[in-house]
Amino acid sequence: MNLGAEPYPHRGNAGRAFRKRRLHIDWTLLATLIFLTGAGLVILYSAAGGDWSMMGRQLARLAIAYVIMIAVAQISPQTLLHWTPWVYLLGLLLLVAVLLFGDIGKGAQRWLDLGIFRFQPSELMKIMVPMMVAWYLSAKPIPPRLPHVLVALVLVILPAGLIVVQPDLGTALLIGAAGVFVILLTGISWRYLAAFGLAAAAAAPLAWFYFLHDYQRQRVLTFLNPESDPLGAGYHIIQSKIAIGSGGVWGKGWLNGTQSQLDFLPERSTDFIFSVFAEEFGLVGILVLFTLYLLVILRGLYIAHQAQDCFTRLLAGSLVLTFFVYLFVNVGMVSGLLPVVGVPLPLVSFGGTSMVTLMAGFGILMSIHTHRRLITH
Amino acid sequence: MEHLKLNDPHQETRLFSRRLLTALVMVIGLLGVLLGRMVYLQVYNHQHYATLSQKNRMSLLPLPPTRGLIFDRHGRVLAENIPSFTLELIPEKVSDMPDTLARLSQLIELSEDDLRRFNERRRHSSSFKAIPLRFRLSETEVARIEARRHQFPGVQVSSELVRHYPFGSLAVHAIGYVGQINEAELARLDTSNYKGTRRIGKTGVERYYEHLLHGTVGMRRVETNAQGRIIRTLERTPPVPGRHLYLTLDAEVQAVAEAALGEQRGSVVALDPLTGEVLAITSRPGYDPNPFVTGIDRASYRRLSTDPDRPLFDRALRGQYPPGSTIKPIIGLAGLEFGETTFAQRLFCRGWYSLKNDDHRYRDWKKTGHGHTDLNKAIRESCDVFFYDLALKLGIDRISSYLGQFGLGQRTGIDLHGEAAGLNPTRSWKRRAKREPWYPGETLITGIGQGFTLTTPLQLAVATATLATYGLRFQPHIARAHKDPLSDEIHYIEPQLKAIVPVVKKADWDYVVQAMLDVVHNLHGTAHKISRKAPYRIAGKTGTAQVFTIPQDEEYDAEEIELRLRDHALFVAFAPAEDPRIAVAVIVENGGSGGAVAAPIARRVMDSYLLEERP
Repeated sequence: MNLGAEPYPHRGNAGRAFRKRRLHIDWTLLATLIFLTGAGLVILYSAAGGDWSMMGRQLARLAIAYVIMIAVAQISPQTLLHWTPWVYLLGLLLLVAVLLFGDIGKGAQRWLDLGIFRFQPSELMKIMVPMMVAWYLSAKPIPPRLPHVLVALVLVILPAGLIVVQPDLGTALLIGAAGVFVILLTGISWRYLAAFGLAAAAAAPLAWFYFLHDYQRQRVLTFLNPESDPLGAGYHIIQSKIAIGSGGVWGKGWLNGTQSQLDFLPERSTDFIFSVFAEEFGLVGILVLFTLYLLVILRGLYIAHQAQDCFTRLLAGSLVLTFFVYLFVNVGMVSGLLPVVGVPLPLVSFGGTSMVTLMAGFGILMSIHTHRRLITH
Repeated sequence: MEHLKLNDPHQETRLFSRRLLTALVMVIGLLGVLLGRMVYLQVYNHQHYATLSQKNRMSLLPLPPTRGLIFDRHGRVLAENIPSFTLELIPEKVSDMPDTLARLSQLIELSEDDLRRFNERRRHSSSFKAIPLRFRLSETEVARIEARRHQFPGVQVSSELVRHYPFGSLAVHAIGYVGQINEAELARLDTSNYKGTRRIGKTGVERYYEHLLHGTVGMRRVETNAQGRIIRTLERTPPVPGRHLYLTLDAEVQAVAEAALGEQRGSVVALDPLTGEVLAITSRPGYDPNPFVTGIDRASYRRLSTDPDRPLFDRALRGQYPPGSTIKPIIGLAGLEFGETTFAQRLFCRGWYSLKNDDHRYRDWKKTGHGHTDLNKAIRESCDVFFYDLALKLGIDRISSYLGQFGLGQRTGIDLHGEAAGLNPTRSWKRRAKREPWYPGETLITGIGQGFTLTTPLQLAVATATLATYGLRFQPHIARAHKDPLSDEIHYIEPQLKAIVPVVKKADWDYVVQAMLDVVHNLHGTAHKISRKAPYRIAGKTGTAQVFTIPQDEEYDAEEIELRLRDHALFVAFAPAEDPRIAVAVIVENGGSGGAVAAPIARRVMDSYLLEERP
């Protein structure tokens, strides 16, 4: 054993022996996650129309995701810190590779075929971008100065831009949010914030004309007026609102949502699964679901608050807030508050990659919380 | 914050905690926004969305009713519904359209027109909807396609009940036909009752009695998914089939009338004088209505519509002809009833007539003249001079009023659309239409059925029936009864007495009828030939109508012009004279002599009605 590599050299042998046996798990977070993913399975069963093969695949993914979460939780924050820039660089290279050699699925290049499995580098970046920004800013004075903030922004915009051109607006948005959250949590001056906000507002038209694809522009336009194209792009939003609204306070009951069971609701097991939930369980069910999400978020914020160094603190806070952005964007989108950008309902929507990424993020949270040193000042 | 020391842990922690708190507040605030949105959708607007959701999954599918059948007076089917097979293609399921069409055309006959109309329909239809390519497949064609079904993805044979007229062109103008509903019809229809109905009565009784024949649409309430695929039926209201229609037509008499006209252009109308029932009503040439049901091709339609013999034109209802001498019995009766002539009064006919102070000679058809002529002889031999004189004595006002009482110059009110009114000229009409006064010479020629007077064959038949019944003018009708096919409840259509011509002296009527009998049964009668071997007595009157003009925009060769300038041959009759059961009017366009051409046709029609043994 190389003592120099030992993360906590001051704790002595007894402590080390204890840590070796101990599994790094945050039981509170684990419990709320199990409740949430459990609720997800219940509604997926309904959305899938009782398709057990779909349930089986989702269960397998969940199992893998939980295993990955617990595995990641065993990696100490210091190790993470050490590897951050290298993995971030690798992620950037992979994004470029996707653009050059990637498979095209649903009209967008997102996948990299590695022979054995297909891999979405943008998912990796969902975690690597906040880590990188936290890595960079935690080494700088807090709150950061303007040049540091600008460098941090470049660290965010580079991968986000590569993902926008894939094109995958939803993921780019989440990655951008994750990176920006880190900057915000450093306590950056509100004046900078206001300035950046204005700059972003000025850049929006530019993005509209030069970076957005036709289908992305169409989605925004459709969002602004879904009835303009009730059988085309607006159909998703209209049917989703009907599903939610017709659910009422008590819902139509499990497996009894007509909008979803009769195929009116598109993408009902993936992006629009919240509408199925809202239709079948009503406002009461939504209150329960939101409570579960809020518990996860509260626990995450608590972990961030308890974190002992700048890197873990920023990282934890950013991961939790990104998780909330998932929820907000997805629910806002299916209820017609936001344009349809293709963000799944976290931990509930059918689909593998985002599930694994999210759980890996929670693994990092657990790692941060369970690797704390005892403070002695 | 500029004053912070580098990496001051306490400051840093406090700042971070403040930001976390801000983030928490924002998270809760945004969750509140989402929750507010849910309340807005699920509570505030719940009713609206619940209704939309209901509408989404319920859909009403129409169940079109079966169209009522049409029978003749003896129960022979004139219009029926037979299964027809249609070849349809669903474009989105056909991988290679040109190839599929090419292969199909090797299997069954596909005309240019079929392909053109298929492509036309394809442009206006969704790719998932079946588009008809060929109608009326024969059984062998169906078998040929079904046997190779697997080679033709997206190709299907559908069957539906299609109107069929088993007698083809028989009484085609009167029965009419059904065809695809067009936009104008769609605009005036009760569209809810026509959901699922593709065809509608276009002409004839098919059109007039559309409301009885069509029936009431049924509905199937089904639960569907977003693609419109039916998941289950929730409720079913069966359609009410259309009522069967029983016509007054006698298919056999009708067939005889059409055969008797043969290749000649013209019309025969036969009525039951005591009810107004139409026994036969024909206009020749006719056409086969069956191609119209599924949509006639352009070339065939053009052939029909540009044919100089105008097969589509219903002469019985719309053909307007000068009645010629066929109105002489009525003028004669007017003379007797108004006291302008008597049974005994005679006039010397020298072949022409002229008005005082006018050297214009109004000619008799017989140049040598008829000699001493009383009314009986004037009718029997159709003396023009006698009627010039009588018309002058009656004056145009009394003539037109009396002709009007027999229904001339007005629509008869038959239960068919598009009847022409004809023309019964009066002084006021002439002032209005020609801005000229009435001249006495015009009265003369009106007295022999020339001049302005125009009648339809149907009007002539009605006027003849009115003579036969001594003044009872029934409204002619072609529908006799209609029956509910489910309950067999039957509704008879009662004869409508439209007008009564007052009988001043019955002897006057007897005298005129006798004169008409002499037309046929007297050796000198103009229609004497048809009395041969007649087991019943016929009262008739011949007529010829001069053809004044030929249409300016049509061209004929010289021989054709000759033919088309020949007089129309007319004959009206009723029989048996003492107990009239049939009144007939015959017009043969450019037929020449009424006695030689039109009268034999009437005889054959009357024979077929009066002599045939019927159940």
